[in-house]
Amino acid sequence: MTENTRKIGNTLLRVDDITLSFGGVHALNGVSFEIKEHEILAIIGPNGAGKSSMLNVINGFYHPQKGTIAFEGRERKRMRPHVAAEQGIARTFQNIALFKGMSTLDNIMTGRMLKMKRSFLWQALYWGPALKEEIENREFCEKVIDFLEIQAIRKTPVGKLPYGLQKRVELGRALAAEPRLLLLDEPMAGMNVEEKEDMCRFILDVNDEFGTTIALIEHDMGVVMDISDRVVVLDYGRKIADGSPDAVRANGEVIDAYLGVSHE
Amino acid sequence: MLYDVLIAPFLDMADSPVFFAEVVIVGLLTGVMYSLVALGFVLIFKASGVFNFAQGVMVLFAALTLVGLMEHGVPTWLALILTVVIMVVLAYGIEWFMLRRLVNQEGIILFMATIGLSFVLQGLGETMWGSNVKALDIGIPDASFEVSGILLNEFDLFAAASGAVLVAVLAVFFHYTRIGRALRAVADDHQAALSVGIPLKTIWVIVWAVAGMVGLVAGIMWGAKSGVQFSLSLIALKALPVLILGGFTSVPGAIVGGLIIGVGEKVAEIYWGPLFGGAIENWFAYVLALVFLLFRPQGLFGERIIERV
Repeated sequence: MTENTRKIGNTLLRVDDITLSFGGVHALNGVSFEIKEHEILAIIGPNGAGKSSMLNVINGFYHPQKGTIAFEGRERKRMRPHVAAEQGIARTFQNIALFKGMSTLDNIMTGRMLKMKRSFLWQALYWGPALKEEIENREFCEKVIDFLEIQAIRKTPVGKLPYGLQKRVELGRALAAEPRLLLLDEPMAGMNVEEKEDMCRFILDVNDEFGTTIALIEHDMGVVMDISDRVVVLDYGRKIADGSPDAVRANGEVIDAYLGVSHE
Repeated sequence: MLYDVLIAPFLDMADSPVFFAEVVIVGLLTGVMYSLVALGFVLIFKASGVFNFAQGVMVLFAALTLVGLMEHGVPTWLALILTVVIMVVLAYGIEWFMLRRLVNQEGIILFMATIGLSFVLQGLGETMWGSNVKALDIGIPDASFEVSGILLNEFDLFAAASGAVLVAVLAVFFHYTRIGRALRAVADDHQAALSVGIPLKTIWVIVWAVAGMVGLVAGIMWGAKSGVQFSLSLIALKALPVLILGGFTSVPGAIVGGLIIGVGEKVAEIYWGPLFGGAIENWFAYVLALVFLLFRPQGLFGERIIERV
């Protein structure tokens, strides 16, 4: 259980009445919730509940038909992926989206894209300020690599890595951006117990050491109950519960959604 | 017969090493020219996964623009700068009219679009500058001289040197800079690239502009050698075997592939040509590519497609 020594702050992101449909299918139906600064929020729900869709709305891959997204108080009808990245929202994907032909280090360096501002010309010359900038950012990436304990695979093309490590590299790429808000889509899917424990530790450490706000989707209830401060439950595109892990666990509607029994 | 194919040519080579060296050098220099064209393909393929059928026409278009401007009395240096500007504008145009509309489409659809692009560019170039054969002279010396009995040509050496510089700059650019990394990232996974904040559209403009520059250099070299005319766009066909040899995603591969094809076809022509009644040069590259496809389909330096199952 987390000893909650971190102070949970004000609202960092608020989604309000988000409705998203693909043709006739309602992926999300009037969903509203908040993510507060420094907290770990878990979004759970059965398959097809709209969890990934929600993350995609937050980071701008999907544009909802209705509703607003407010990040740091700035309200928007829709996000755009590179705007989200510029604002400090980083993410990982359910089916790992790494640059497979590139090394671990290069993958993580792409996370620094927005931190590097030197003009195209300096870049092309690879000289002067651009070189200095490259070195500074490389140093930061080495820290991320140390943090995630992946020094040994620094130069390995990520396509060759086992699944668990790829997930870790993807987390590294997101961390390299020094995000305000980190979105993790099933960070532990397909991992063995040991890998899961490692990943849990990294998530908690990130949250603890850098104060990064984290919203994650996860199916492993043990993990969810252990690491999250708050849980939002989605079912058929609607929000059915929102509260502390214990409150959610005791919630009748949540139990129904998972077990599929009618509750009378 | 076997003696003629397997032994006699090598005896010939051993007989006059100086002549053999000359053949190899001519081959290498031709190879550099092939490499330059292949490079344009590799750049675009690396960064957008698009096989750009229009690369050959871009070479023609760049050379035509340069010659056209010079014929209108624009001084060489200004014509060069203007051509570079026009190639950048062209890259913007391609992004705006073509790539932007086709985000997330299959590679084959983008490929079809580049076929269309090649017709548009060719028409545009010839409408603007006319379709007659033009001589291109930007003042590169074209004298021959002799080094320890081997005949060399200044122009060829100049072409080789500029090719080498171009390649070195591109290699560093691709591997060690932020934008180079962004280019590779975009080639790998559009969605992931967007999520780390890489602006896809800017990257596309950059890569097409750079491919335009490489096309310009190739156009100048080939144009100065054999005149600027429609057939210039056909050297793109020679770039295909180069790509198959070197791998579609490798800058060094394009260079080595070009050199191998260049040397290979010259040597084959001189020493084996007579056995086949000559003109091996025209088809040798394709046969070599075919053999490569059998044994090493990813090319010498291409990335093997790794898939975990």
